Amino acid sequence: MSAPTPATAPAGLTSPESGHWRNYPRFLWNLVKLATDGSLTFYAWMTVLTAIAAVGLHSWTTQFTQGMIHTHMTDQVSWGLYIANFTFSVGLAAGAVMMVIPAYLYHDDEMHDLTIIGELLAVAAISMCLMFVVVDLGRPDRFWHMIPLIGRFHWPISMLTWDVLVLNGYLVLNLHICGYLLYMRFLGRRPNPKWYVPFVFLSIFWAISIHTVTAFLYSGLGGRPFWNTAILAPRFIVSAFVTGPAFILATLFFLRRFAGLHIGDGPVKTLTRVLQVTLPIDLFMVGSEVFTEFYTGGSHVSAAQYLYFGLHGKSALVPWIWTAIAFNVTAALLLARGDVHERPKRLLAACSLAFAGVWIEKGMGLIIPGFVPSTLHELVEYKPSLLEWQVTAGVWAAGLLVFSAALKVGLPVLRGQLAESHQATKVEEHAAVVEGP
Amino acid sequence: MTATTPALPEDSARRGLLKAGVALLGAGAFARALSPLLDAKPITSLAGFLQGHYKELTTIEKKAMFKRLEAETKKDYGADVTIGDWPAEPGVQFAYALNLSICIGCRKCSEACHEENNHDRPSGNSYIRVLEMEQGSMDLERGNTTYDHAVPAPGKYYMPVQCQQCENAPCVKVCPVEATWQEQDGIVVVDYNWCIGCRYCEAACPYHARRFNWKKPEIAAAEINPNQGYLSNRIRPQGVVEKCHFCLHRTRQGRLPACLEACPTGARVFGNVLDQDSEIRWVLNNKRVFVLKEELGTRPRFFYFFDK
Repeated sequence: MSAPTPATAPAGLTSPESGHWRNYPRFLWNLVKLATDGSLTFYAWMTVLTAIAAVGLHSWTTQFTQGMIHTHMTDQVSWGLYIANFTFSVGLAAGAVMMVIPAYLYHDDEMHDLTIIGELLAVAAISMCLMFVVVDLGRPDRFWHMIPLIGRFHWPISMLTWDVLVLNGYLVLNLHICGYLLYMRFLGRRPNPKWYVPFVFLSIFWAISIHTVTAFLYSGLGGRPFWNTAILAPRFIVSAFVTGPAFILATLFFLRRFAGLHIGDGPVKTLTRVLQVTLPIDLFMVGSEVFTEFYTGGSHVSAAQYLYFGLHGKSALVPWIWTAIAFNVTAALLLARGDVHERPKRLLAACSLAFAGVWIEKGMGLIIPGFVPSTLHELVEYKPSLLEWQVTAGVWAAGLLVFSAALKVGLPVLRGQLAESHQATKVEEHAAVVEGP
Repeated sequence: MTATTPALPEDSARRGLLKAGVALLGAGAFARALSPLLDAKPITSLAGFLQGHYKELTTIEKKAMFKRLEAETKKDYGADVTIGDWPAEPGVQFAYALNLSICIGCRKCSEACHEENNHDRPSGNSYIRVLEMEQGSMDLERGNTTYDHAVPAPGKYYMPVQCQQCENAPCVKVCPVEATWQEQDGIVVVDYNWCIGCRYCEAACPYHARRFNWKKPEIAAAEINPNQGYLSNRIRPQGVVEKCHFCLHRTRQGRLPACLEACPTGARVFGNVLDQDSEIRWVLNNKRVFVLKEELGTRPRFFYFFDK
């Protein structure tokens, strides 16, 4: 596996001039060819992911035909692992793009390279969100009821319809940006900033909207005091600022290790800085929630009591949440050292811990206590079934498949492209970038 | 990443073969993954798949649909049933009141609901849950729904909870596809053939009034109540949400809800509040009634009161 020179397109990705109707299918075919061609490591990685995705698909098909009785959800705990992962994936998708804000705020041009990784991650994470929603539906065959104009779209009253709009809009937006840049590369043309720069800015704001709307899904329910808190949307945004950079930093580490692709140290430093700030803020927000719940007491504390300490002898979530807290605190401590961005292994450990910590805290740690105790104060616990774990692993594998293929195709091309279009400013500002903001 | 050096012909041929082999394997795995689709009966007919929203169907279309559903019930459950549809009458506003002083917690209402509404037998499903409460406390947290002893127990009172048919219903608000709505007479209904099974309404309801069909309901032909309403007690499909509908297939024809008829103590009062002479009107006028979780602003039309 050799690193391509940034400014040249990979073999097979150039085309003579002719009509779009002809070029575009050929362009797509070229993408497929590029995505299915690589080193043995690449094949092995993709095969493992495909196998996991196939297991997930099999389990989901079983659930679809025989009913959701195969999950361990109940009328008391009516959402479980799927919606927990959905929530987390929305955060990942939002964080992936929001973390490019520093690039524009501080005119950090090296960060522009990361814009593309972010957009590609957003595409993959949004695909996961949509898959998690579909696997959670009792009647996915009636999906068309939710399509505006054909079905009956309860907009603007139902928050879920807002979520459908912003998530799909976000997917289209990011597909457009990446697709446009790639296609221009294929045609051998210089992309017109008019056709993508405004969309990049729009996608940054849109990223905030997707996670805000997802928080509103929960915080707008008066009957669920555990979710009914105004801090939920800010908390979601902050934790998205943890998972996005953490995932990208890990991706950069693996790209360097296994694909020989080196992206400058500047972005690593910037992303680490972001994490150093957002992770403590996330912990602070969780702490504020904990204080408010426990100091106030009364019946509203029962969900938090159940989550952190167990209630009336039921304590399924206690190990989860303390693991999350331990992970996040350890990650924050690992990140506290000023030179952490120069120690890849330490940084990778911190990113993995923070990622897993938020996954628990914002996934199972947020969704399940909303239902325990139930609205009639029944204490029914929930532990995901094997089938739910299989489906969930399958969706994650499918998301990673999308992300890997997208990186495989997009990264060498787009990096070159963007590097080219920012060439002039880059040379001038290079010194400043190395110093960092 | 991609090799930029031109590949040797043999190399690329080998690679092509490898790719074809892997693609074949992948296709095989994919087909195997989808195999449960072939093993099972389809969960919907084509007509069912294409069926529109209840409110968009003409009377003729509805008639044809009811016939189809009756045939499907015959095929799936071996029972002859009639599925009807009774629109809300103008000048009728239904309300329910429950006398907590005389309810003994026998759960007869819950059983009657189970039978009347063709609930899944193995799970013992019902739209009514009875809470055993401690004297001196209105705190639901201290209630217990799984009590298993002779009733009434000393020091306890009993509070059956079912759909409160809220005027400002959180479940109706959150439904993304308008599969649930409040009718003119105040009853909140579900179009079981339109619900997509996202269970957002179940999360939104503060009274645990909604149930989900985690599997296709099981019920023996002999136990099926053949008098069924499209928006009420017909056997629900798999994967959709259901709820109490004040037995609209009975109450809209002048009868009383099954839970009321089953109550041995007469704790339940049901009727049209616009009817000045009705018992429900008398209770609302003369008893100090209250609603559950009033602070949530859901405005229930299910009232509770104590007699003594």
